[in-house]
Amino acid sequence: MSEQSVATAPPAGKDEHRQSPPALVRLRILMHDKPILGPLVVLVLSLVVFSLLADNFLSAGNLSLITQQVMVIGIAGLGQTIIILTAGIDLSAGAVAVFSAIVMAKAATDLGLPGPLAILVGLLCGGVCGALNGALVVRFRLPPFIATLGTLSVFYALGLYLSGGATIRGTDMPAIMTAMGKSFSLFGTNVSYGAVLLVVLVAVVSYCLLYTSWGRHVHAVGDDVQAAGLTGIRTGRVLISVYIVAGVLYGIAAWVLIGRTGAASPQSASTLNLDSITAAVIGGASLFGGRGRVLGTFVGALIVGVFRNGLALAGVQVLWQDFAVGLLIVGAVALDQWIRKGSR
Amino acid sequence: MTVDRTATPILQARNITKSYGQVQALRGVDFDILPGEIVAIIGDNGAGKSTLIKCLSGAVAPDSGELLLDGKPVTFAGPKASREQGIETVYQTLAVAPSLDIASNLFLGRERRRPGVLGSVFRMLDVKGMRKDAEKALSDLGILTVQNLGQAVETLSGGQRQAVAVARAEAFSSRVVILDEPTAALGVRESGKVLDLIRQVRDRGLPVVLISHNMPHVFELADRIHIQRLGRRAAVVTPQSHTMNEAVAIMTGAMQVDTTPSADAASLSKA
Ligand SMILES: Nc1ncnc2c1ncn2[C@@H]1O[C@H](COP(=O)(O)OP(=O)(O)O)[C@@H](O)[C@H]1O
Ligand SMILES: [Mg+2]
Repeated sequence: MSEQSVATAPPAGKDEHRQSPPALVRLRILMHDKPILGPLVVLVLSLVVFSLLADNFLSAGNLSLITQQVMVIGIAGLGQTIIILTAGIDLSAGAVAVFSAIVMAKAATDLGLPGPLAILVGLLCGGVCGALNGALVVRFRLPPFIATLGTLSVFYALGLYLSGGATIRGTDMPAIMTAMGKSFSLFGTNVSYGAVLLVVLVAVVSYCLLYTSWGRHVHAVGDDVQAAGLTGIRTGRVLISVYIVAGVLYGIAAWVLIGRTGAASPQSASTLNLDSITAAVIGGASLFGGRGRVLGTFVGALIVGVFRNGLALAGVQVLWQDFAVGLLIVGAVALDQWIRKGSR
Repeated sequence: MTVDRTATPILQARNITKSYGQVQALRGVDFDILPGEIVAIIGDNGAGKSTLIKCLSGAVAPDSGELLLDGKPVTFAGPKASREQGIETVYQTLAVAPSLDIASNLFLGRERRRPGVLGSVFRMLDVKGMRKDAEKALSDLGILTVQNLGQAVETLSGGQRQAVAVARAEAFSSRVVILDEPTAALGVRESGKVLDLIRQVRDRGLPVVLISHNMPHVFELADRIHIQRLGRRAAVVTPQSHTMNEAVAIMTGAMQVDTTPSADAASLSKA
């Protein structure tokens, strides 16, 4: 937020000619001040490395493929990020998205609702799921980890029940429901509408977090919920609103998921729960709350996409792709601990 | 500064009780503060000082008892409700959001939006305006040498954090300022500035409730001293009526006081 990068607090009354801190401390201060820096460096490095490892990695076609692979994770990751900002976590993100996708598809195919209305019903479904998570956390005071571990199974089962275990094909739905998987040509590259939507959502959610009271209250609640309450912030309301907004974002991810996979299936997106957390954490969001940027999550989702795609192109087995992503997560959390050590 | 002893107390508590599970933090405590005076609250750790002021500010809902604002019964639904009545509190825990910057913390919970469509439709905060006002508030106080108000509060020293919390209360209060151990984390120089600040607030005509363990400070500043012991008001004394040693003796129970406190607002007004 600060325009200048002065992060050290000179203790009041100390003389000016202090020694400048050692390089490592300066690096930590810089990374504390500009949380986007770490993820950005990793992204650029991985782009360079994979372009050397695989010839066709930097081709327009492949880059467009990567964006298509990350758009669902990215959008779900936005919801995940605002929950993590409140020192929470949402294990049910993917389950909500899949359930919402099925509700959306069924609303169009079985109920015969027009496409836009069916999409709206799907978003509403996501919002209601989020409200349920929020109520469990706020009203029943369950730890977010436990609450969403429970609803993960509940939403997954509901999706399975509603679909009867069968996939609903995109070709049976109104065109708008699969539109997010379609592409248009920009400077000779195929850009999918879903990727554009992701970028728009990153901007909108960033704005809400950085330039509205709501955003500041979300940060304050994540920092210290008791302190936030003492300043007059209605912490319960803020938390519930966060879970609802996240649910709606998962609903939007569901719409993009239908476009991306050309179907609504209870078996799809089984890794989305954890992938959304991965994107947020790699993007610099702190699981202790208060610290994180949705722009970081966007970069985090890109890093995951680039790693998986690049390793695949380089002929590395899927299991080693998972291995690499796992290392990324552990590395990111360790880095966050190191950065936080300087300030607490 | 003379205090009109016959005035209606600005804020008054009657027979307040509050329990946390098995722990009876307040066992029927009375409290009052008159316009323009500084009332200090002293007492051992666990005597219920913080709980008492939390009841006054609405942060804690009393189990029983009565709260009067300007002589009229009130109940505060939360800290926000008391703030809206002009009562500002610096809690012992400071109540700041460490990851937000200084200006954001000053306006936390009462952010100002941009005028026009940007504010009404897009809910955009007046970041620049708030930062300017924060700068003014802090430089007016002269207690903070912070070059950059965009600096996160977690990067500040304990004393600077305390200064931010005190400045916030000072800037927004219009009726009563309540300070719970505002100099606990401060060095001599910084404490001195906070004490100056308390006098400044009093000279503006605002009454101050000050919780402190520092007897010299208390005896220097306070018009009256509320001595809290075991969840009750053991006595109200003045720096003139009692010595520091006597006050401490009452506080620890070494000295008994008759049940009618000698210096509460009502009996002083008769004197
Ligand atoms: N939130 C709480 N939960 C449980 N017990 C509390 C809580 N707050 C205070 N207490 C208890 O109430 C008593 C009074 O505490 P407090 O008002 O903080 O005392 P003081 O500020 O005078 O040191 C103590 O015994 C304390 O342990
Ligand atoms: Mg206390």
